[in-house]
Amino acid sequence: MSYQFLQTLWFVLIAILWIGFYFLEGFDFGVGMLLPFVGKKDVERRAIINTIGSVWDGNEVWLLTAGGATFAAFPQWYATMFSGFYLALFLLLVGLIIRGVAFEYRSKDPNPKWRSTFDWMIAVGSFLPALLLGTAFANLARGVPIDAKMMYTGNLFTLLNPYGLIGGLATVSVFLLHGANFLGLKLDGELRERVHALSTKLYIAAAVITTLLLIGTYIFTDITSKLGINPGITPIAAYLALLLTIFFINRRMEGWAFIMTALHIVLTQVTFFLLMFPRVMISSTNPDFSLTIYNASSSQYTLSVMSIIALIFVPIVLAYQGWTYYMFRKRITTKKESLVY
Amino acid sequence: MDPLTLSRWQFGLTTVYHFLFVPLTLGLGWFVAYMQTRYYQTKDETFHKMAKFWGKLFLINFAIGVVTGIVQEFQFGMNWSEYSRFVGDIFGAPLAIEALLAFFLESTFLGIWIFGEGKVPEKVHLASIWLAAIGSNLSALWILLANGWMQHPVGYVIDPVTGRPMLNDFYALVTNPKGWLFFFHTIASGLATASFLILGVSAYHIVRQNSVTLFKRSFQMAAIVGLVAAALVILDGHTQGQYIYQTQPMKMASIEALWNTEQPASFSILTIGDLSGKKEVWSLRLPAVTSFLACNNFNCAVRGVYDIQAQYQQQYGPGDYIPLMVVTYWAFRFMFLIGFLMALLAILFLFALRKDIEKAKWMKWVPWVIVLPYIANISGWLLTEMGRQPWIVQGLLKVQDAVSPNLTTVDLLISLIGYVVVYGSLAAADFYLMRKYAIAGADVPMQESVDVASPLVGAQD
Ligand code: HDD
Ligand code: HEM
Ligand code: HEM
Repeated sequence: MSYQFLQTLWFVLIAILWIGFYFLEGFDFGVGMLLPFVGKKDVERRAIINTIGSVWDGNEVWLLTAGGATFAAFPQWYATMFSGFYLALFLLLVGLIIRGVAFEYRSKDPNPKWRSTFDWMIAVGSFLPALLLGTAFANLARGVPIDAKMMYTGNLFTLLNPYGLIGGLATVSVFLLHGANFLGLKLDGELRERVHALSTKLYIAAAVITTLLLIGTYIFTDITSKLGINPGITPIAAYLALLLTIFFINRRMEGWAFIMTALHIVLTQVTFFLLMFPRVMISSTNPDFSLTIYNASSSQYTLSVMSIIALIFVPIVLAYQGWTYYMFRKRITTKKESLVY
Repeated sequence: MDPLTLSRWQFGLTTVYHFLFVPLTLGLGWFVAYMQTRYYQTKDETFHKMAKFWGKLFLINFAIGVVTGIVQEFQFGMNWSEYSRFVGDIFGAPLAIEALLAFFLESTFLGIWIFGEGKVPEKVHLASIWLAAIGSNLSALWILLANGWMQHPVGYVIDPVTGRPMLNDFYALVTNPKGWLFFFHTIASGLATASFLILGVSAYHIVRQNSVTLFKRSFQMAAIVGLVAAALVILDGHTQGQYIYQTQPMKMASIEALWNTEQPASFSILTIGDLSGKKEVWSLRLPAVTSFLACNNFNCAVRGVYDIQAQYQQQYGPGDYIPLMVVTYWAFRFMFLIGFLMALLAILFLFALRKDIEKAKWMKWVPWVIVLPYIANISGWLLTEMGRQPWIVQGLLKVQDAVSPNLTTVDLLISLIGYVVVYGSLAAADFYLMRKYAIAGADVPMQESVDVASPLVGAQD
């Protein structure tokens, strides 16, 4: 296999890991943010958490694998991005930490204060990563200051520009809707009704912010002048999928509503990676300083070894993760006897 | 303080913190899997309760291990970007493989184990705890192969253009003896950690006559495993010593505070150095013992610190190649003593079990044994990592050249203080829950019944 082919393959693999992560943790983060607002009583909150209880950790591993794969295949990208976005990533980590612990600890003490503290940690710990990831990705598309030595020369505030923030808010609002659609699929009874009532509002917010993001993308990024790969109708399809959600929400076709937000998330990510290719980080200082899959990758030998391992194990992982969702496919009710604590 | 020092403190603290939780996960997983298997085979309710009780403690501990591990994975890029650029061609691979092979396995099947009882077939439920235990231990293998490469780089050539190491032999990376020695020692110390936790908690309940059958059975199981694990830890610790002698002579000399080359080399029982830590003032020594530790015979030469420092200055240029000896020296002695102490204690417990241990007066002190493996674990890592200084990759890259150049002191103060606050609160919550559930005994369900909880604060009903 040629070097170029391997570099492209790893770009695609990492894109798939991010897409998988956005799709899966997207609803986890949404559910987490909705938790204190949808669940009023303790059993209800427990039922909501249990919709993702058995899978959130496995879903999070998609992020870890994306990080690890970036390190292995494109060390320069990993080094520049992780050191460059230092404080943003620190906040993201704090979010993931408090959220993960709260899932496990919130029910282990009967004190209502204890429980609601941890519930809010779940909500904040889901909001922070969603906001920061969205901001980071928008900035990647827009370009960040990088010098000739592949060093990031900005700081946290460089990332907090209007376009970055719209990206963050768009991600938060889409994840909220995606989470609500997921809850609609997994819950029953009164809770299901409550989620339904909420989804319409969430839909409006998501549609407005996503429209802003779409417009912003034409203004702030170089997609019209320097396309990576022409994404064709992908972004339009992504946008339409989101708009279609309301149709299914109104008809109470929860499965389809979920598929639509899923499609929206997946296609938006696909658009992002198509636009970037073959660049992985765009330098706003000088386009020639950008990191590409060619100047950021590891050696041909490493890429070959890693390819063999990925081709063997990725299908296995996909198979058993998919199987878990199948095992726990039943709706979750607030009947106490049936709730796992 | 400069960003380098702060980055080192931050990495050291967060990693040591992560490793406070790791060994228990590694060891206790096997215990729970075994107990549940015995229940599956015998349908003996005591085994069922055992698996549930120790499983609770396992999960409380596991939660923190996971979230602090994520920080570890990100820190290489965040704080050590020059390191990541330098070794990326090699070091990223085991990390990515760890996530793909181990973390997915561990997290997915643990999810099934927690939520699947009564919902998935019993066999699947049993298999899932075994797969989760295998997953954790696999993760240890890969991360230790990564760390083994930093201690003893293999399977690479230096790229003539960039001057960076490039992988040219994956097989050598995977079979690096250093990594495998780490693995055996760490797995054994994980089992020892779990055994001594079980011994301590069981003793607490045996003295109070709670669920005596259950806790005596746990106690016995843990005493046997604890003895075997302590023996293994001592044996492969000794093998590690020999490997260090061959590959990291400076670490060897600093463990022993051996200043001048000796043949045969003596073992110091107590050494007092001057304030610079670079000169000896006084020491008490056993002749020839260090020679035995280093090369299995009482007469080989072991090189001293001054000698190696002179050689390194010639080889790598001027600089200080002597690690912080106070730490390496004492860390080794703590670990070493605890290894033998644990073996002795396990034998004592096994003998005591033949009589009525409920009545033994000393049983009420036994819970304190829980701290022993924790001290040894931390000592072991401090010795391993600090004995490698000033290198981040032995002989190839120094720590001072590895730090991310764009970070400022302010960035680091924010993150360091942030971690201290967050990790501190987590430690408090973890300790509170561990203690509560350990003391509550085997009849308290995993989580409090929901009846007790009134409508939640912050939610109008
Ligand atoms: C895969 C790599 C790896 C692994 C598995 C570990 N370490 Fe490490 N350690 C490093 C890679 C590293 C490093 C990147 O090489 C550091 C960072 C800065 C340094 O000096 O070395 C380091 C430093 C470092 C320091 C600070 C030393 C100093 O700055 O003087 C301590 C105390 C530890 N480590 C402890 C641990 C513990 C308790 C570990 C168990 C989980 C551990 N390390 C695993
Ligand atoms: C500094 C290097 C290390 C990195 C980058 C690292 C990375 C990680 C990550 C990302 C997780 C979370 C996995 C999840 O979400 O399920 C984790 C957990 C874990 N790590 Fe580490 N780790 C390091 C050191 C170690 C070492 C040295 C060991 C063992 C010898 C170890 C053993 C484990 C285990 C058993 C878990 C499972 C969770 C738990 O501890 O309870 N790690 N690690
Ligand atoms: C006589 C007993 C022991 C000996 C001779 C011994 C020897 C060693 C040596 C030489 C190292 C350093 C390896 C390196 O730097 O490359 C080490 C590390 C370590 N030790 Fe021990 N050890 C003993 C007992 C213990 C005990 C009882 C524990 C914990 C229960 C323990 C836990 C560790 C850990 C966690 C490390 C770091 C990881 C590793 O190097 O594998 N050791 N030990």
